[in-house]
Amino acid sequence: MPDTNTHTATHTKRIRVFKRFERLWHWSQMALIFTLIFTGFRVHDTHGLMSFSDAVTIHTWAAIILLIIWAFAVFWLFTTGQWRHYIPTGENFIKVARFYAFGIFQGEHHPYKKTYRRKHNPLQALTYLLVKIVIFPAIWISGIAYLLISFGLGSWLQGIGMDCMECIATVHTIAAIAIVIFVIAHVYLLTTGHSFREHVRPMITGYDDVELTDEELAYLRQNEPDAIKE
Amino acid sequence: MKIKPYLTKYYSRYFVFLVLFFVNAGVYANVEQKADPKVELGISEYTNTGHDKVVAQKKLSKSTTDHSKLKQLEGPFFSGPEVTKACLECHTEAGHQFMENKHWTWDYKHPKTGQHLGKSVLINNFCTNARGNEGMCAQCHAGYNMTDSDFDFTKQENMDCLVCHESTGTYYKTPTTEGNKACSVMFKGKPAIEWDKVAQSVTMPSRNNCGKCHFYGGGGDNVKHGDLSSVLFDPPKDVDVHMSKEGGDFSCVTCHVGEGHEWAGSRYEMLVDDKVGTGKPGMPREAASCESCHSASPHPIDNVTGIKLNSHTDKVACETCHIPAIARGGVATEVDWDWRTMGKLKDGEGFKLKEYTQGDGHHRATYKSIKGSFTYAENLKPMYAWFDGTMNYTTIDTKFDPAKAPIDINSFSGSHDDPGSRIYPFKKMHTVQPYDKGNNILPYMSLWGDTEGALWGNYDFGKAIEEGMKKNGIPYSGEWGFIETNSYWPVNHMVAPKDDALECAECHAKDGRLSGLDGFYMPGTGNAKMLDMLGLIAVLGTLGGVLGHGAIRMIATRRRKNNA
Repeated sequence: MPDTNTHTATHTKRIRVFKRFERLWHWSQMALIFTLIFTGFRVHDTHGLMSFSDAVTIHTWAAIILLIIWAFAVFWLFTTGQWRHYIPTGENFIKVARFYAFGIFQGEHHPYKKTYRRKHNPLQALTYLLVKIVIFPAIWISGIAYLLISFGLGSWLQGIGMDCMECIATVHTIAAIAIVIFVIAHVYLLTTGHSFREHVRPMITGYDDVELTDEELAYLRQNEPDAIKE
Repeated sequence: MKIKPYLTKYYSRYFVFLVLFFVNAGVYANVEQKADPKVELGISEYTNTGHDKVVAQKKLSKSTTDHSKLKQLEGPFFSGPEVTKACLECHTEAGHQFMENKHWTWDYKHPKTGQHLGKSVLINNFCTNARGNEGMCAQCHAGYNMTDSDFDFTKQENMDCLVCHESTGTYYKTPTTEGNKACSVMFKGKPAIEWDKVAQSVTMPSRNNCGKCHFYGGGGDNVKHGDLSSVLFDPPKDVDVHMSKEGGDFSCVTCHVGEGHEWAGSRYEMLVDDKVGTGKPGMPREAASCESCHSASPHPIDNVTGIKLNSHTDKVACETCHIPAIARGGVATEVDWDWRTMGKLKDGEGFKLKEYTQGDGHHRATYKSIKGSFTYAENLKPMYAWFDGTMNYTTIDTKFDPAKAPIDINSFSGSHDDPGSRIYPFKKMHTVQPYDKGNNILPYMSLWGDTEGALWGNYDFGKAIEEGMKKNGIPYSGEWGFIETNSYWPVNHMVAPKDDALECAECHAKDGRLSGLDGFYMPGTGNAKMLDMLGLIAVLGTLGGVLGHGAIRMIATRRRKNNA
């Protein structure tokens, strides 16, 4: 197995990479996003599998709950320093991209190993960053604007020139389509590499095999002994 | 019993009435359904105005006066004006007040458009014009002796207090002049009015008073409005939640409030964006708007739907969702009138063909020799449009371009971008009617009267127009033709119980109820076609991409295994 990480990795340990909050956040977000996609595209008249008014009600509540969860998540990301995982990096980027385009067909192993500082591969990190700073803000800014109109506060938007219903709805729909595309690619990528189960398991149990340097291992043993499974 | 001599002639008329009643009565009596003929000779326009449906009146107010105990009303009275004089002895200001009222003046100056309107001048696409036909049409004038267009509007004793205030249900009005021999006969032979009794019965107007004219506008039950029919004399709750006994048991004046013989609810200039709402407690509101009782945020805010509905009220009129259909309860409305077929006779006599059977089992005339052909509708979805409350009329002074037919008898403005406009329901009436081909105007026709030109009896449009125009001193080119017209009647009555209000998807759907309106965004209508197409391509492209990627992986893996 070629060691693709620059620093000397000496230990492969099963450690807790996804904290309880992160896992809770991920799965509740998944459930809410599926609900929002289903009800949202009903409101958009893409399908007619439920009544329009039920769709509006469920969509509104799901959106409000997700907004609250996001508020917690943003707080969590910044207070724990976990946001650093999403900083874009060019390191290994080409290698990972090349792997998905060619290597994967030739039986090569994934060129990236999870490290303590980087639990996402560079392609993954960039994708999540784009989702977090482009797609999600687009959907929640347009969504909140829409909610304000629904709550009879449309005049607030007039003040900042954002009361164009059609523009709001168009941004919201485009962002929703982008999320659908993200979900498709995201789920598909779980089938690459070892196995689907191996990819999903860490997000359930929290633990995954991570390359640790001596220093990192020592640090964890000292400060977070229960984060390591030995 | 000693019969006073002046009454004998009334009793003989009563007998004639009875005979006629049994000949024609099937039309109005449910039990006589089978005797109801589909072809009826004669051209009677006699309309039963709900005399058989007098609903015992609830005491509207704890009035301090019982009119039946008043000396002034002891009588005997022998005519309407005598009663009116007695009323005015105590109600000293009523005459002056009523002199300003449209029910008396038939005249209206529109405050915004400046147009001169009112029944005395307007032309519609039903019987066309009251002007010159007062002998017939003044049955619905709240006055006595209006026989022609030269009525003296200053004579207070000619005001008809009883038509609005009597509560026995026995009062009625007849044409003020003789019609053509062919039609006049039908208006005779009704029981004599007992003036003393009706005078002593006066109280606040009930639906029996208002309904006798307003439920029969356009020449018959629910013909004109669609949302005002004889069903409202005693409607079931699902037809009108306000007027039903099981509901609010409202009379007309519960909503059409006002003071000094002026009340709210004009269709010439409508209040469609009542921002005052319920006002402060005890504050008198002279508005007939829904908001004046319900406010503009009437939906409960303990659920998303209610909140969402409240944010509709600045764009959508209450009536749009809460009156899901008009002509409900078994009485049809006319939606199309074709004057072109007027004048067919059977053995030289006019007739009616009653080939539409409405919900309550009564047959309605699909053809009348004096009027032409009719199309009816029941449980009709209204048409919807942006409306700012202001109506513009095609009057006798309006020249139009016949190439632009159908001509709007009344048109209105309103748009999504105007905060004072609402999406409003209308009944649309389509008619083919005569017009002055040389002058490109809708003419006054002479319909009623024992004259050579009167259409009803002579069946000649040319003569009827000539006579109608001449009576009013308006030039007529001598040439007439037929033209298509539309009129639009704002819908406000027959408000359904809340459970029957429109579901969201009635409008928020492809080809929903508002599909005729554009220029604004409405979710759920599938109107973002371009975006939907691009979105579909993007999603399918991604799916195809991952499936392709996966397939190549599988093939590559198999090949490697085979090679190994």
